[in-house]
Amino acid sequence: MQLVGQVPLKKKRNKIHPYKFALWVACAAIVMMFAALTSAYMVRKSGGNWLEFTLPNVFYINTLVILLSSISIHGAYLAFKKNNHKLYKILLSGGAILGLTFVTLQYQGWQELIAQGIELKTNPSSSFLYVISGLHLAHIIPGIVAIVLAFIFAFIRKQEVTPLSKLRLELVVHYWHFVDFLWVYLFVFLLLQ
Amino acid sequence: MANIDTTKEAILEVGHDHGHDDHHDDHHGDKYQSSFVTRYFFSLDHKMIAKQFLFTGMFWAVIGAAMSLVFRYQLGFPEADMEWLQPLLGRWIIVQDGMGSLDPEFYYALVTMHGTILVFFVLTAGLSGTFSNLLIPLQLGARDMASPLLNMLSYWFFFLAGAIMFSSLFVSTGPFSGGWVAYPPLSALPQAASGSGVGMTLWTLSLVFFVVSVLLGGVNYITTVLNMRTKGMSMWRMPLTIWAFFVTAIIGLLSFPVLVSAMLLLMFDRGLGTSFYLSEIFIGGQALDYVGGSPILYQHLFWFLGHPEVYIIILPAMGIVSEVLSVHARKPIFGYKAMVFSILAIAVLSFIVWAHHMFMSGINPFIANIFVIFTLIIAVPSAVKVFNWIATLFGGNIRFTSAMLFAIGFVSMFISGGLTGIFLGNSAIDIQLHDTYFVVAHFHIVMGVAAFFGMFAGIYHWFPKMFGRFMNETLGKIHFWGTLVGAYAVFWPMHYLGMAGVPRRYYRFDTFDFSSSPGFDTMNQFITIAAVIVFALQILFIINFIISALKGKIVKDLNPWNATTLEWTTPTMVPGHGNWPGAIPAVERWAYDYGKDSDDGKDFISQVTPLKEGEHDGGGH
Repeated sequence: MQLVGQVPLKKKRNKIHPYKFALWVACAAIVMMFAALTSAYMVRKSGGNWLEFTLPNVFYINTLVILLSSISIHGAYLAFKKNNHKLYKILLSGGAILGLTFVTLQYQGWQELIAQGIELKTNPSSSFLYVISGLHLAHIIPGIVAIVLAFIFAFIRKQEVTPLSKLRLELVVHYWHFVDFLWVYLFVFLLLQ
Repeated sequence: MANIDTTKEAILEVGHDHGHDDHHDDHHGDKYQSSFVTRYFFSLDHKMIAKQFLFTGMFWAVIGAAMSLVFRYQLGFPEADMEWLQPLLGRWIIVQDGMGSLDPEFYYALVTMHGTILVFFVLTAGLSGTFSNLLIPLQLGARDMASPLLNMLSYWFFFLAGAIMFSSLFVSTGPFSGGWVAYPPLSALPQAASGSGVGMTLWTLSLVFFVVSVLLGGVNYITTVLNMRTKGMSMWRMPLTIWAFFVTAIIGLLSFPVLVSAMLLLMFDRGLGTSFYLSEIFIGGQALDYVGGSPILYQHLFWFLGHPEVYIIILPAMGIVSEVLSVHARKPIFGYKAMVFSILAIAVLSFIVWAHHMFMSGINPFIANIFVIFTLIIAVPSAVKVFNWIATLFGGNIRFTSAMLFAIGFVSMFISGGLTGIFLGNSAIDIQLHDTYFVVAHFHIVMGVAAFFGMFAGIYHWFPKMFGRFMNETLGKIHFWGTLVGAYAVFWPMHYLGMAGVPRRYYRFDTFDFSSSPGFDTMNQFITIAAVIVFALQILFIINFIISALKGKIVKDLNPWNATTLEWTTPTMVPGHGNWPGAIPAVERWAYDYGKDSDDGKDFISQVTPLKEGEHDGGGH
């Protein structure tokens, strides 16, 4: 049998930076947290005494907003790699504004629910909605902080494209995509349930 | 290839890996450890962080064990006068007519704290935190963890969690008293018990910080194992310790977040009036306005962590034992690949057996059947491991050092405790055995004592690496034999109590008819006396530990146990930050070439020795 240790490993390894890998591992942990909540949601729902209500319309718009912000941030990353600093700044600002819009609209969505009389304590179904969307928002905020920091740095001085600066930006972009898709998952889950 | 260089550069720039060149002058100090504070407190060196975890774990072990003595005293001698404990426990000792007795409320608090402290602070952080930190970079040939900063934060979050839990012991309403599993409604209603108020708030807060610590550590361990191995160190050349720590970190990373979710919902129920876990409840004749919650939901979420948690505790011990057994038996570990696959199988199965903790919580018996089957299947990889350990010992040239004795003791404990697990895993037998001392005996032997034995084996074995000195072997052997006999004396009789139906968590047995099962009251006294003796032996161990660390026999040989693994290839016994002052050694073979004649007349071949012409690497066969 071919010896396992003789496989040239050097080529396989170091392709992904340890920090980036660590970020993905951390994302896996966050996924488990939401997996727990959504499965608790399903278990609890099957138990009866479950108030059905429609999701606020703002949530639909907001899903679009966060998808656009992801696209914008990704565009910023591509522009950065091509050393197009002007486009980078524009797209980064766009992403930051869309991110902040998401937070505001999410709050609007809650207001819309409260106006309908669906509050945190109304029913387990509404409690779950607030907890799940709130916890997601809690994960959006560090992402926005990171984007805003990148934004500030971009306007203080021109960022050189070094492996380090690229890595930093990649970490931000990856995390932002992650919380974006997390929302899409949660939204579709809440919609189908 | 250019990509590799640039990423390396990137690490250097942010100052986390210590490059190959920055250790020529003085590798004992580096730029991060210039002062006393950064060297001993906010150290970024994985070896110092390992020691911090170990010392903190030992502190908590003494506190947690001392608590068990107090409630064992109550159980063994319920009529005894406890007034002499008043200076220590204050008003938790109620003195009436010159007789001091333990406040029943505090009895529950002690049981709860004993469980929480031992499970989380000692056997998770103290065991996995210590040895993952110490060994992962050293055995893989890395300068440090992937992110030393996160590693440091991991310790300090653990410290913070501990500080909060410690402070909860001193609040006037007492620490949380609803059991370490913190089932609602006891944990969800502040008015349910005196410990459910501030005590529970602090408990929850402490656990959340603890999870942060575990996750920061786990992210680091996983990343380091997958990304920072030295040249030639393929996954199949890693020592079993590393496999165990790696899989442990994955289990922790996937299960602890679920606990956070459970805690989050619990906090909402406690503070914001939601009804996730609380259904219609009357307290003092008054209806609370909670409607439609499900306490079983909490149990599902909790045990989704809770069961993997026992493997988070036992797997590192298994890894350490595999390594120590092989080194001191001078034989390659038997069935290396089978060992790895059984670790992986245990990890997978650990996620689909949680409901065996809930057979009596009213789950559907048909669903229970599925969990019975998976639970019994865990016996298979466990038995594979036991078989391999015994086969490793068979025909070995065994050196009965303290480390080796504890490793063998681990195997004994794991068999004894594992067998009773097969009883408890049956939902039918569980009707009789659940919530009795049989359960207490089972988990204490299989994951309490066994994990401690693994930890002791690791401490005796790697003490030279941590302090450059040996521990005293005579005291070590007294420690081992006393603890082995003592631990069986404590937990073996509990099986009989449990089979007779004596329930756990009871303060005293006023109406329980001990006369129909003669000797149970004296059995309880016997257990208590044995527990005191075992505790005294652990104090002996700590004395040995401290004196040996300061004045023990200095290790002259750089490889005192004649081991093959990389941690013994550092040019100084206790390496500075960066581990190898020069280049990191490359690995040429697997970790278990024992009992093979080397060129320099030794009976082992180090991992850094190149394979001879035509020689086959082990493990891969």
